[in-house]
Amino acid sequence: MANIKTSEKKSKAQSMGMHTEILTGRTQQKFFNPDEAENFYYFGTYDVDFNKRTDLDVMNMSAPEANKEIENLMSQGYGTIVIKNPQGKHSLGVGILNKLNLIFEGSLGYFGMGSCDGPIVRINGRVGWSCAENLMAGKVVIEKNAGSCFGAAIRGGDLICKGSVGARTGIDMKGGTIIIGGDAGAFTGFMMQRGRIIILGDVGINLGDSMYDGTIFVGGEIGSYGSDAVDAELTSSDQDWLRRKLKVAEIGEDFDVSKMKKIVAGKKLWNYDNLEPTEKKGAI
Amino acid sequence: MCGIAGLIHRGKSSNVGSELQGMLQALKHRGEDSTGYALYGDTDGKHFIMRFKVGENVGEGSSSVMEDVSVYDERKKIVDQTLSEMGAKIVKEERTLPYSLRYEVDYETKDLLDFSQRIESIPGVEILSMGKSLEVIKDLGNAKMVCDRYSLDKLVGTHAIGHARMATESGVDIKSAHPFWGYPFSDVSVVHNGQLTNYWNNRRILENKGMRFMSECDSELIAVYIAQKMREGASLQEGMKDSLSGLDGVFTYFVATKNSLGMAKDTMAAKPLVLYESDDLVAMGSEEIAIRSVLPHEIDTYDPFDGEVKVWQI
Repeated sequence: MANIKTSEKKSKAQSMGMHTEILTGRTQQKFFNPDEAENFYYFGTYDVDFNKRTDLDVMNMSAPEANKEIENLMSQGYGTIVIKNPQGKHSLGVGILNKLNLIFEGSLGYFGMGSCDGPIVRINGRVGWSCAENLMAGKVVIEKNAGSCFGAAIRGGDLICKGSVGARTGIDMKGGTIIIGGDAGAFTGFMMQRGRIIILGDVGINLGDSMYDGTIFVGGEIGSYGSDAVDAELTSSDQDWLRRKLKVAEIGEDFDVSKMKKIVAGKKLWNYDNLEPTEKKGAI
Repeated sequence: MCGIAGLIHRGKSSNVGSELQGMLQALKHRGEDSTGYALYGDTDGKHFIMRFKVGENVGEGSSSVMEDVSVYDERKKIVDQTLSEMGAKIVKEERTLPYSLRYEVDYETKDLLDFSQRIESIPGVEILSMGKSLEVIKDLGNAKMVCDRYSLDKLVGTHAIGHARMATESGVDIKSAHPFWGYPFSDVSVVHNGQLTNYWNNRRILENKGMRFMSECDSELIAVYIAQKMREGASLQEGMKDSLSGLDGVFTYFVATKNSLGMAKDTMAAKPLVLYESDDLVAMGSEEIAIRSVLPHEIDTYDPFDGEVKVWQI
């Protein structure tokens, strides 16, 4: 790898792997330019100012109405929105593909903050099933408990629950980090493919069942291991990463990470990459 | 999908009919084929309250066959005659709808098995509930429709459980609607969200032990299963814990008795439940919005874990 500190912008981007390929009969490379803002944001997103703040009372709004109003406020440049009286409504805050500082003063129902990319969210309450499903990037912090399927299929970002979570946390996750301050239910990390889960408390039965890859760190007791989930050595770099993550997450900063258990995939079920290209077609 | 809700006030009574209506109506998107209430009202405890039906609701969406109202009248007459033959005296009689009746009955017995068998031997007659406090009211439609139809909003009591049903494996009719009475136990009722996969095996075993099934709804199995465990001497909590291994499938269910309310969740935690617990009130439902209908201010709630059984007393 080239020396990133000394290389020019173009070669720097190349060495970091930040380029895309466009196939138009012959292969062309389009290089990533860190100075071009459009590389960072989706087309059609809003330029918001975090210092421009407003409240939104959703007591008498349906979820689609509330979500539409959030978008309307972003279009006016509001970068900090405080949602009042969410009252456990389902599907609030879904599909936000924008930088935004979003605060919920209360609890959410099912599917809250689903399919988001970029917002920083704090929920001063509890969340129901499937919170932050498919999160691409950003940070979601829940101050109380969470329901089942917490962070299902997330691709990136940080998802933090300061209380306890239900079953199947991080099911099918493909990246990102999930941090749980309390306990977690059965089938945590079920079929996870990448990313990391940190649980400071106890975890239920079948931990990491059929996981392809990724890492789970557990501070408390484990109900049982799932199929193909095995212990691994907790390295010093693991511990450094855990300390850093817990500090950033404002959770368990004094927690003794050296005693945590590390669980990874045994990869006995995992042979996809050993297949020949023609065999892969049949395997999908 | 179905939705379930329940609440228990500890140390006081409240307007549980209205409260449960609000909770179930908040869950109506989970199913409104039928809605049922099991309400534990404040009574003097002197008489049995028997809720029973002599026919089905054949309104829009029903899978039942239309019958003439005169058939209902005839069945009612036979019920009255049978009660008289058993030495049971009807103290109070209400006929809310042509097919749905509520009797207060003066009857001295501890085992309701023989009583129920004789009443239900009358074709078309089913006891929905029997108890000194329990009243099961269930009918087609959403929570508000059923509440209005039976004037349940003024019922005062200590606890209640209810069910908003999306019919899946059995018909849209009252006999398949929840809650189910824990036949033949006084004041026991059950609601369930989920699917049981060893229904027929368990049903055959229980029928061989003399238990009765009125529908082919898998949820009825839970009521009968718990009732049989209690007949064998188990406590409510013991029976519920046993069910975690005896019943196969995915389920969250509530059981209520005259003095208690319990919940159980299967070992895979596949069905939702949100719970709020304080010193004077426990409220729970398939979704938090059900609890919000009675507690609109900010509260702490949580999901019970897999394989968890909890029982609260009034």
